[in-house]
Amino acid sequence: MCLAVPAQLVSCHGEEAVADMHGNRVRVSTLMTPDVGPGDWVLVHAGFAIQRLDAEQARATFAVIRDADARETG
Amino acid sequence: MNTRQGHVVLAHGGGGQMTDDLLRQAVLPRLGNAVLGELLDSGILPSVGQDKLALTIDGYVVQPWRFPGGDIGRLAVCGTVNDLAVCGAVPMGLALGLIISEGFAVEEIETILDSIARAADEAGVKVVTGDTKVVNRGNDQDIFVSTAGVGRVATGRRVSPDLVQPGDKILINGAIGEHGLTVMLAREMPEVHSRLTSDVAPLNGLIEHLMHVVPDVVFMRDPTRAGLAGVAVDLAERSGWRVTLEESAIPVRPVAEHAAEMLGLDVLEVANEGKVVIVVRPREAEHALTALRGHPLGRDAAVIGEIADVADGMCELRTSIGGRRVVQKPYGEQLPRIC
Amino acid sequence: MMGSGSDLCTSLSRLRVSAGSAGRELVFMEVCGTHTTSAFRSGLHSLMPDNVTLLSGPGCPVCVTAQGDIDLLIELAQQPQVTLCTYGDMLRVPGARGSLETARGHGASVRIVYGAMDALAFAEQHPDRQVVLASVGFETTAPGAAAAILTAQRRHVVNFTVLASHKRVVPAMLALLRAGEVRLDGFLCPGHVSVIIGSEVYRPIVEDHGLPCVVAGFEPVQMAAALAELTEQACGRRAELINQYIEAVTSTGNRTAQLLLDEVFEPAEVRWRGLGTIPESGLVIRNKYQAFDAQSRFNLAPAEDHEPRGCLCGQVITGKATPRDCKLFGTTCTPVHPIGPCMVSSEGTCQAWFKYRGAGTCPGRTARRGQEVRA
Repeated sequence: MCLAVPAQLVSCHGEEAVADMHGNRVRVSTLMTPDVGPGDWVLVHAGFAIQRLDAEQARATFAVIRDADARETG
Repeated sequence: MNTRQGHVVLAHGGGGQMTDDLLRQAVLPRLGNAVLGELLDSGILPSVGQDKLALTIDGYVVQPWRFPGGDIGRLAVCGTVNDLAVCGAVPMGLALGLIISEGFAVEEIETILDSIARAADEAGVKVVTGDTKVVNRGNDQDIFVSTAGVGRVATGRRVSPDLVQPGDKILINGAIGEHGLTVMLAREMPEVHSRLTSDVAPLNGLIEHLMHVVPDVVFMRDPTRAGLAGVAVDLAERSGWRVTLEESAIPVRPVAEHAAEMLGLDVLEVANEGKVVIVVRPREAEHALTALRGHPLGRDAAVIGEIADVADGMCELRTSIGGRRVVQKPYGEQLPRIC
Repeated sequence: MMGSGSDLCTSLSRLRVSAGSAGRELVFMEVCGTHTTSAFRSGLHSLMPDNVTLLSGPGCPVCVTAQGDIDLLIELAQQPQVTLCTYGDMLRVPGARGSLETARGHGASVRIVYGAMDALAFAEQHPDRQVVLASVGFETTAPGAAAAILTAQRRHVVNFTVLASHKRVVPAMLALLRAGEVRLDGFLCPGHVSVIIGSEVYRPIVEDHGLPCVVAGFEPVQMAAALAELTEQACGRRAELINQYIEAVTSTGNRTAQLLLDEVFEPAEVRWRGLGTIPESGLVIRNKYQAFDAQSRFNLAPAEDHEPRGCLCGQVITGKATPRDCKLFGTTCTPVHPIGPCMVSSEGTCQAWFKYRGAGTCPGRTARRGQEVRA
């Protein structure tokens, strides 16, 4: 019922952050995930970061994280 | 009436001195050529001898009119050139109709004309006649372009879904979805900053290059508004054969894949403006692929499917996990979703 | 990539082996439209054993929204001072008289937004407009609406309200089981709702109803693994609660989001399409935030309920009927001219059937599992 996508936070300003999904950047609210910081991977649903993801655990699941790795190393 | 300096007013479309001014100051310096410069009511083109003529027209209403990678001017040239090229025609000339809202900045008209000129140059085709009208309805950001094009088709050259046979291979010249996603983001979600740009490009050069190597291309179509899904389903219905697409072979760049995922869209159904779907006989597939990849607009070309020996007129996708499903034409423009 | 491919093969072979030994039909239900879409889009159904069926339950917020609530939205959008902000999902849902899209065509101010905060920002930029957020969705989306209301209060934004028709997923699952009209062998539980509410909330389904519950993500490989687990449990007559989406879901969920939700919303009896009214199954704005409730700001009468004649959406979302059982499906009700919400929503069961099984193109075919292409 709910579309949520993994994204990496590139910057955080108070209750807002900029989240990147492989070159697509969107402002998200971090009101539901107060402890996140730049570099963290989060799940984004309807403009909110709803969960911090453990990148190690999530890497196998989410293509976007592997693609990001590939972009950095390649 | 808006009489501000530097903005289009109704009189610019009235056929009088204001129209002449717009033509001489904005249009002719950018698009002028021997035929257009005659300023006749029609552009007179050279005779084509034994060749056949192809004639096409399309309307362009894209909003916003400017988007990453292009604008309505570039789109209006490329869309019409591509409609000619996929029929095997070599474009000879374009006719350009502008319908502009009162209040539209003249400077922006000039930007659009510049981009028309650049795209026409790239395509090696000239604008040979045109028309401008101004309307005072709607908002002052509206501009509509209609572009007709005429081209010559060499005798004996024919591309048609009727020629398609089981075993034929389906190719595409590069990654899909980028125009539609770019425009949707620009229109519906301007707060998203994406590296995506529209793929809008004139394909006549690529197609001529291909047909030089593989003269008997069976079928071509540019997957515009209804995306690759629309063309594949049309091909299946028109030919009567089953079209099988291989999901893992379809080129999609990660930036487009993840934008589509974020918006909840199926990238197969998203518009392209610089792509062509090509069907060739199986023995020609490798030649065609090499030819496409040898052109700047075909570097990411791939064989993405084939015509199956099943006469049910359906399109099937072999999914990347090894499953199968039906592909249908999208019903209208997709909307971003959160659910 | 190799890893996920071989995981998929492993899961599918586990699924086939255990389904083969089941000796009976197994019926599982997902309650999330994104699961519906993912299973169809990836062709997962075509890889499942013939005796395993995955039904789509009441998990598409567009589809479970009562018709009367949609009429209310359209009525509100037509008020001249109102700008209605909606998620793209709701734009084409037909009410008794047209949709938000047709209302927009007739001059109503309707904007598509990606999140609740975008609607709030629009309100701040347009103080002359009454900006209403049409907020549908389950517990994943509702905390966002709560956050927008709390932020509006803090910033004294007086022209922002929310028309909420939020729903809670577990009461609906329990109501479905209590009605007893659908025989199920287990639930594939929604991944992203569970991010917020935690996996423990499904415990009563496991303990009181003896049904396996597996929380899963949305990649086909995750869904296949969950189906394998459900099948193995069903074959072994076990019922356990398993969280297979540990990348994102914890047992207790996102506490911060829950606090936001509880601060602004309270559970209430609300009407679901097809399920009727269910106690505690909705989320309504608490009295202390009445100033941000569009229902009271615009003095809207409670929605009257009615459903399109002949439409089986209500039975489809409760698993009592498949789209093929509906006389309207693929004939008068198509994605181009949808009658029921399950055909409107791109994650609705009817649209998924129509689109990915090709029911519309070949109405004469009645293969048992629909119209998947099988060579």
